[in-house]
Amino acid sequence: MEKALVGHSISAAAGPPRSQALAEKEDSSMTDAEIATGAKRTRMFTAGPPRLRLLPGLVAAGLALLLLAAPSPLAAQTDCLACHSDTTLQDSAGHNIGVDAGKFGSSIHGGLKCGDCHADIKEYPHPEHLKKVQCNTCHADQAAQLTGSVHADSKEHPCTSCHGNAHEIVPKSDPRSAVYPLNIPRTCGVCHSTNGMAQKHGLDSVYPSYVDSIHGYALSKEGLLVAANCQSCHGSHHILSRKDPQSPTNKANIPATCGNCHAKIAADYFNGVHGKALAAGNKNVPVCSDCHTAHAILQPTADAFRSQSTPICGSCHKDKFSTYRDTFHSQLGSLGGYVQTARCWDCHDAHEVRPTADPLSPVNSANLITTCGKCHIGANKSFVQYQPHANAHNRTLNPALYFIRLFMNLLLVGTLTFFIIHTILWLIRARIDQVRKKAAQGGKNA
Amino acid sequence: MPDQEHRNDQVVATGGEQSPPPRRFFKRFTPGQRYMHAVLFTTFLVLAATGLPMRFSESLWARGFAGLVGGFGTILFFHKFCALVLSLTFLIHVRDIFSRAFVHREKGVFWGYSSMVANWKDAKDLFGHMRWFVGLGPRPHFDRYAYWEKFDYWAVFWGMIVIGFSGYAMWFAPFFARFLPGWALNAALVIHSDEGLLAILFIFSIHFVNTHLRPGSFPMDMVIFTGVESEEEFEHKRPLEYQRLVREGKLEAKLGEAPGSWQLNFSRVVGFTAIFIGLTLLVLTLSAYFI
Repeated sequence: MEKALVGHSISAAAGPPRSQALAEKEDSSMTDAEIATGAKRTRMFTAGPPRLRLLPGLVAAGLALLLLAAPSPLAAQTDCLACHSDTTLQDSAGHNIGVDAGKFGSSIHGGLKCGDCHADIKEYPHPEHLKKVQCNTCHADQAAQLTGSVHADSKEHPCTSCHGNAHEIVPKSDPRSAVYPLNIPRTCGVCHSTNGMAQKHGLDSVYPSYVDSIHGYALSKEGLLVAANCQSCHGSHHILSRKDPQSPTNKANIPATCGNCHAKIAADYFNGVHGKALAAGNKNVPVCSDCHTAHAILQPTADAFRSQSTPICGSCHKDKFSTYRDTFHSQLGSLGGYVQTARCWDCHDAHEVRPTADPLSPVNSANLITTCGKCHIGANKSFVQYQPHANAHNRTLNPALYFIRLFMNLLLVGTLTFFIIHTILWLIRARIDQVRKKAAQGGKNA
Repeated sequence: MPDQEHRNDQVVATGGEQSPPPRRFFKRFTPGQRYMHAVLFTTFLVLAATGLPMRFSESLWARGFAGLVGGFGTILFFHKFCALVLSLTFLIHVRDIFSRAFVHREKGVFWGYSSMVANWKDAKDLFGHMRWFVGLGPRPHFDRYAYWEKFDYWAVFWGMIVIGFSGYAMWFAPFFARFLPGWALNAALVIHSDEGLLAILFIFSIHFVNTHLRPGSFPMDMVIFTGVESEEEFEHKRPLEYQRLVREGKLEAKLGEAPGSWQLNFSRVVGFTAIFIGLTLLVLTLSAYFI
């Protein structure tokens, strides 16, 4: 039986503020009968004005006052803070029910009366169990947005999980705010990090990838307010699963989402074959995140990105990837290191990929000398006849190469086959001879 | 057994009554030839070790090795560096041949028993040798250079030209494109890569076994390192040359010093290291095909 009454606690503490331990002791010393007695509760409510606690030693004066003081609506903060300003104050279940008066006063809600949010408190003393504060009373728009989002479950995602202590909320433009742009990743990271709540729901731990990304770096190291934080792409209250066609992180919407900042690249992308296909409703095309990833955002100049980008293109352009892998460009490129060799997008462009027949394509025959010349200084008309996707196994497409390969293969197989047979026979014969000779000489080491 | 008798005659002829007779060593390779071989196999090993990861760039060991040494920048640097050294060595060798033949008017550079050029006897030796393998005839008597040694030489010679040209064509592609059609640049990689692979497989399996690992030479023929070989070995391996020298009374002119123990030890360390690296590369190459 832990059904202690707020009023009882206060009345029992008529005197100096008590420690929590003392309060618990007194609570547990109460008999069930006392608690069950409604009459006693009534008596206590009338008998314990809140001011009494703050006037130690003036019990008599308090008794005089209580005759004058009628039960009055609790409205002003000061009334509530008389008890709740003790920041160590806990209810019987151990929840902190103290309010830092200073922080509350300077918070965005500092001008409100307690009863504005704790609407079910009409008078003092109030019942121990109060209704949950409904933020949507005022913040109806945000609440409505949240309802349709992935965070709709208000038990798992109360407003305070992102906005912090309800009594200390400051405007989001305030650097102390949990939803200040520079603080957002850390706030979301509470759940969306390794071993975070989100991972238990089968979602990836994205926070570590983000903080090491160029976005995360710009935000945390340089403090750039314009750097993309979680909500720049995902939104804030109305976060939708990327499977939802309305979501800004849905595949079809990603180029536009990234294009909010990267406008030039988005324009290039939509001029290219991939962007046009996406706009036409084809989802089997790469979008920004397919190559750059969503959170880690690899640097395109980094080895890791250069190495992994070609197989991404190759996952659709299989024949081109296969022939590319036969070339020196690929062979060296696979090994990583300091020298850069041509990847798909070095020749075909990364964002504005145009068909070869398009005069604006860098691999259009009219532009090849320029394109190849980016790396190969002195590239001429004959040089650009080199085929970066030649297939030495295709007799009709590349006859010269086909026969050269065939000749080289036959030369290799023929020479080796002959000499392997020759050498094995020789080995056997030489050993037999050696054994015989040594046997004839006395059999030592035969 | 005629060889054996012959040797005894020789011992008697040189007046050795005391036993055992001193072991004599005869010169086979000049210091220049030995250094050339050393440069050749050193650069070849590096070229193979850096070329194979490029050829098999998709395999794990290639990427692991590349990562270990610092990526293809390093690999390509050493490949090109050794290519230059080897090309230079090759050019020096070609210059030497021509100066011997045309400046010093040396006989037998292009023809004869001491020439590297193949002749009718080599063809006969090849068939005779193979008949001997299967027990159908006597072991042929070889002269200064046996047919498989000539093949090794010309394989390298041809390889130098083919691999060299195709390599430089890729290295200086825009320059070569002034004379060559575009598809030749495609062909250059196919040729370079296949011919290189053939050279690697041949050297690390056939040459190693024929020259070093076969009974009679096992575990290593030291003559290319020390320049000299024992009389016994000389007589057994190249009876025709030995007998000719005896007949013409020129054998003593070929007498060399017995290799010092430091020379043998050094040669063994270098030689076995080369063979170890070669066999490792051979296994890796084969693993790229079969695993």
